[in-house]
Amino acid sequence: MTKEEVRELQQIAQRLRLSIVKSVAAAGSGHPGGSLSIADILATLYFKEMRIDPKNPAWPDRDRFVLSKGHAAPALYAVLAEAGFIDKEELMTLRQLGSRLQGHPSMRHVPGVEISTGSLGQGLSAANGMAIAAKLDNRPTRVYAIIGDGESQEGQIWEASMTSVHYKLDNLMVFLDYNGLQIDGRVHDVKSFRDPGAKWQAFGWHVLEIDGHDIEAIYSACQEAKATKGKPTMVVAHTVKGKGVPFMENIADWHGKAPSKEQAEEAIRYLEASLV
Amino acid sequence: MTDAPRKIATRAAYGKALAKLGELNPDVVVLDSDLSKSTKTDEFAKRFPERFIQMGVAEADMMGTAAGLAASGKIPFASTFAIFASGRAYDQVRQTAGYGKLNVKIGASHGGITVGEDGASHQALEDIALMRAIPGMTVIVPADAVETEQAVFAAARHEGPVYIRTGRSGVPVLFDEDYEFQIGKAATLREGNDVTIIACGVMVSISLEAADILADKGVSARVVNMGTIKPIDVDAIVKAAKETGAIVTAEEHSIIGGLGSAVCEVVGEMYPVPVERVGVRDVFGQSGPAHELMQTYGLTADSIAEAAIKAISRTGT
Repeated sequence: MTKEEVRELQQIAQRLRLSIVKSVAAAGSGHPGGSLSIADILATLYFKEMRIDPKNPAWPDRDRFVLSKGHAAPALYAVLAEAGFIDKEELMTLRQLGSRLQGHPSMRHVPGVEISTGSLGQGLSAANGMAIAAKLDNRPTRVYAIIGDGESQEGQIWEASMTSVHYKLDNLMVFLDYNGLQIDGRVHDVKSFRDPGAKWQAFGWHVLEIDGHDIEAIYSACQEAKATKGKPTMVVAHTVKGKGVPFMENIADWHGKAPSKEQAEEAIRYLEASLV
Repeated sequence: MTDAPRKIATRAAYGKALAKLGELNPDVVVLDSDLSKSTKTDEFAKRFPERFIQMGVAEADMMGTAAGLAASGKIPFASTFAIFASGRAYDQVRQTAGYGKLNVKIGASHGGITVGEDGASHQALEDIALMRAIPGMTVIVPADAVETEQAVFAAARHEGPVYIRTGRSGVPVLFDEDYEFQIGKAATLREGNDVTIIACGVMVSISLEAADILADKGVSARVVNMGTIKPIDVDAIVKAAKETGAIVTAEEHSIIGGLGSAVCEVVGEMYPVPVERVGVRDVFGQSGPAHELMQTYGLTADSIAEAAIKAISRTGT
């Protein structure tokens, strides 16, 4: 990966953050914190790693992305708009009556959304189903998913983690958005899962730990996952909730509330300043 | 008197139908959560091991995995006991198969009280109510082995989520091999003018016995098999209301939310006549032999006949 490519992906991630802030502010509700924390991962996946065709969202051999932490819908919509699955103007209809952009992603509404999520803990199971289907059909499809750290308190995540390993789903790669915060506070205070990397390793996954805002690290994790045969890869991505908007960073309260008009303006000014 | 009819459990017919379907359609995959010997998916597993996905004891994960398979063009039949399919995995069914309108087929065996000795924890008496409430969900409760096989094939042809409820115990074979089950279409098994018994699942053959009891008393009872609870056959219900003036429903399920409720909804809105509901009356089941439980909870031909006479008496004619 060239320095230029890294810089370009960083710029895309910043544009995603801008879309997230604008759309959540326009909606007057939503989840900015955990959307901002995954912008760099999404930019790398959609603009460097994944084999997708926005003009043909149903292309059978495409790679699939599952946003298990469905409340980060503003980030998913932002990257789908950036990639051309939907128009950017539509982002301003987020959460409004009649909009395709539901509060949590609906596969029946939005091209590019591979599975409807929102009720937590369920995306990894669906990702497993997609990875199994790809193997049954001998397709080159790879499946990517992002799960949340708070979400990892759901038992189904761990049921699914056993399925991925049992079926040797090496065409599956999952990012844990380890931003450390959930609605009621620090994940380790609310109900700690201790060391997530050790847990996933114990479940039989190939585990990597990276800085989830480091584009090169994200991309090289993708390459390592591809090279890993016989088991799925879990990337424990250390992230910052609210990343890129200083007054939101590392504050649990920004999990699920929209910025005021003034706050949004401040965030937009700050993010725009980072764009070339 | 004719010979006692052949008895086959509908779950056994489900397993056989899947094995046949697997032969015909390479997109069919079967998932099971450690119950393949009971749900009878083991035959499919033996014949198509690469398309059989053992999920272990993880019903929620199974439904999510089935959703992912369906989203990739497969036709998954996710199989487990009705209580786990509808209860344990309710949110997964709702969120992915339901909301996503995905092509997930749920094979729910061991529905109702005839689970028997396992007791209340395993006796699904509210599964039809739960599944019926999910928008777009098709709910099928076949009456015998022939209808079960047809229902499995119909479900595979149907685009969208389908819940098929089968039973543990043997039930008489009612339909000829040339019977054609259609989703949303009721079948009249016996004509009658005074009252209509609308039944599903194991209660269909028992309703035919009830019609015999009623005939002995000079009451002419129509018997309708409502194989699809959703979408329900509105025309058949309205026709029964108009032509017979009284209705009894019979189901191996709570009287809340199942077939009885579905029929009352139609009758109440379209053509009000007296309806009596035979079913489990808002209680949990218990352990015991299936036939004794059926007696204990009033799921008998005598109860249906009694309800029919009560419904007729309420017509006020």
